[in-house]
Amino acid sequence: MKRFGTFAQRWVVFAVAVTVWELVTRSAADVFFPPPSRIARAAADVWFSSAFGEHIVPGVSRMLGGFALAAIIGVALGLLLGRSRTAMAYLGPLFNFMRSIPPPLLVPFFLATVGVTSMQLPTIIFGAIWPVLLNTVDGARGVDATKVETARAFRLSKVQWILGVVLPSAAPKIFAGLRLSLSISLILMVIGELIGSANGIGNQLVRTQRDYDLPEMWSWIVLLGVLGYLFNTLLLIVERRALAWQPKHSFETQAQAIGG
Amino acid sequence: MVRTMLDVADLGHTYQAKDGAHDAIDGLTFTVEAGELVCVVGPSGCGKSTLLRSISGLIRPTRGTVSLHGTPVDGVPADLAVVFQDYSRSLFPWLTVQRNVEFPLRELSKAERTARAGEALAAVGLENAGRKYPWQLSGGMQQRVAIARALAYRPALLLMDEPFASVDAQTRFELEDLLLRVRREQDTTVLLVTHDIDESVYLGDRVLVLSKSPARVVAALDVGLGEKRDQITTRSSDEFVELRAKVAGLLQSAPTAETVH
Amino acid sequence: MGFLLGKPSTVSGTRRVPASLVGLAGLFLIWEVASQTGLVPELYLRPPSEVLPAMVGLLGDEKFLRALLATVLATVIALLIAILIAVPGGLVLGSIPLVRRACMTVVEFLRPIPSVALIPLALLITGTGPDTKIALAVYGALWPILFNTMYALDELDPLHVETARAFGTGRVAVLTRIALPSAAPFVLTGVRLSFTIALAVVVSTELFAGGTKGLGQFIMEANSGGAHMDQVLAGTVIAGLVGYAANAGLERLNAKLFAWNAPRGEAS
Ligand SMILES: Nc1ncnc2c1ncn2[C@@H]1O[C@H](COP(=O)(O)OP(=O)(O)O)[C@@H](O)[C@H]1O
Ligand SMILES: [Mg+2]
Repeated sequence: MKRFGTFAQRWVVFAVAVTVWELVTRSAADVFFPPPSRIARAAADVWFSSAFGEHIVPGVSRMLGGFALAAIIGVALGLLLGRSRTAMAYLGPLFNFMRSIPPPLLVPFFLATVGVTSMQLPTIIFGAIWPVLLNTVDGARGVDATKVETARAFRLSKVQWILGVVLPSAAPKIFAGLRLSLSISLILMVIGELIGSANGIGNQLVRTQRDYDLPEMWSWIVLLGVLGYLFNTLLLIVERRALAWQPKHSFETQAQAIGG
Repeated sequence: MVRTMLDVADLGHTYQAKDGAHDAIDGLTFTVEAGELVCVVGPSGCGKSTLLRSISGLIRPTRGTVSLHGTPVDGVPADLAVVFQDYSRSLFPWLTVQRNVEFPLRELSKAERTARAGEALAAVGLENAGRKYPWQLSGGMQQRVAIARALAYRPALLLMDEPFASVDAQTRFELEDLLLRVRREQDTTVLLVTHDIDESVYLGDRVLVLSKSPARVVAALDVGLGEKRDQITTRSSDEFVELRAKVAGLLQSAPTAETVH
Repeated sequence: MGFLLGKPSTVSGTRRVPASLVGLAGLFLIWEVASQTGLVPELYLRPPSEVLPAMVGLLGDEKFLRALLATVLATVIALLIAILIAVPGGLVLGSIPLVRRACMTVVEFLRPIPSVALIPLALLITGTGPDTKIALAVYGALWPILFNTMYALDELDPLHVETARAFGTGRVAVLTRIALPSAAPFVLTGVRLSFTIALAVVVSTELFAGGTKGLGQFIMEANSGGAHMDQVLAGTVIAGLVGYAANAGLERLNAKLFAWNAPRGEAS
């Protein structure tokens, strides 16, 4: 009974919202707002058609590839530089400046330098790297003095020190950075494809806009939401695993997937 | 003129948890007279905090009644203050020391608030710390701030939940003497909970000894140590040694609730 | 010698300024060499010796300044609207479990949709005016503030609440006098994230919709045909400086307002 109560609380408002949405859009019959049932039909037609291989797979792999490269480079650089006060004194402001460039502005630059066909990946890497890098630096800096001294006392090797002490201590911050980088990657994937790409979900959004095919356009939007949710959830699962040793609350607070 | 400040009658509380109900306190009956300092001593986990939370109206006890100067407690009474053990969490980190002490004085004018807080801080020897933030002070000083906040509120009854359990021994002695001094100066009624036998005897006019969970009162001892007490002579006096042995004996032999039935 | 212990921060503080300049100079040097030696096609990666004068030129160019102002204004308006919606929303969701359970499914459904995905739709419905990009930016900026406020309330120390209630503080007063101040640093962290997102969304809309006046559109125009790459780079650098200044400002605000939070550290 109680279980059912919680379940109902969770889904009643959602169900009501969808129903109202369906009824209102049906009676209004506005071209711009197709009823959810039509969107669902369009999604069923389009997502699993040839568009899957032509648009979804290429775009999403570029995004995931760019995000993964940004994450690897960002964490590695952050761990190497983060423990050096001098290095960060020279480079910190520069990194902060790079991070402050609105990532979508990288699109015109890479469009001109690398060209329409291959600008997606560099744009995503360059846009997504800064949050991971700076958060890793921040985390690496924050290793507490007792841990530093313990490591010294045990005469840990450089590798043991970085991988065994600095990396785990910095992990909560690293994940916070990764979440931000992930949503930037998704934004850059879409905006890159909107502005210039031969394929991808963004490309399909532009086509449906031109064709005034609103149900299909809505279905692409919904797909982007689903993908965003999926990737965020995956990252959270990885994070829970990786930070399982932590006292509970410290990652629950940071468990904020960021929208955008 | 003695009158009853606090009247606790047949008080009991049962926590409902996922793995069943848990009786924390049961059948507690006692009174505290105005101007008295009563210490409640009992083993850890026996239900002392539950008792204080029931008296202060923070939880609604499942059985029995609590009356504060004749009025039954239902919700948080207006003229009551609490000092918790965990000073670092009960002071508000975003307020300065001065503002922390002023926090409960909302009804007063700005000038009065400042004056009262200043007075209370002076009483605990922190007249110069008002502008600092709690975390800039040592543990003992933070607990002084919490005491000052309670004093500034001028409560009819001051409740203290193991107030000195988280400070070092030296600081504890200082704070105990500070408490004795301010309650003499301000004539405050205090109900103090502790698991420390020596502390209960040193501070109390009366000591209530609780049994293991669920807590019941197994004895109420009058402490005849007089008004003036000090850490060295009082603690080595025969009367003190005798009393603490008595309390210790009661605590050790205290029957659990099951055998009392 | 005790005073020496307090010193290093100021020492490194005075040293950091030249060090950061050295870092910047290093970047410019590599950039200059890379484009002069043709390591990167010079046509696109204009050397700093051309970009820096272009920056000065842009800062005196009324058309550019208007575009910059339009972008910044849209971002700030969007951010303010997002704060006005998300902070009360987060307080309600964070303090009333029933409302939270009821609304979270809808929120979880809406949040992952990247607001840039809505650009083509929004342009069809409301056209290329500034309200379109502001609405899109509000949508993107809502979530970090909403979630930071909500999660901050989860972290609210129950002893703080009990202490306040023991001193006779009512439930609504607990929300404004205890919950809000203790959540404030997290909220500000959310605002910082939201600023970044709002700016990104505004610029994206301008990049995509030629008709929307703003920095994105200015740069897109300069970019067409690779004709004015110096202006593209200069505009991008200026945008970075604006973002940097905004972030530094919010950080300083944080340090000033929330000095009490320093020992607890902040979520980033
Ligand atoms: N909110 C609660 N829910 C369930 N059980 C509780 C709760 N608070 C305390 N208890 C239990 O009640 C008993 C008494 O707790 P408490 O009053 O805190 O003891 P004391 O203060 O004497 O150490 C303990 O066994 C404790 O586990
Ligand atoms: Mg307790």
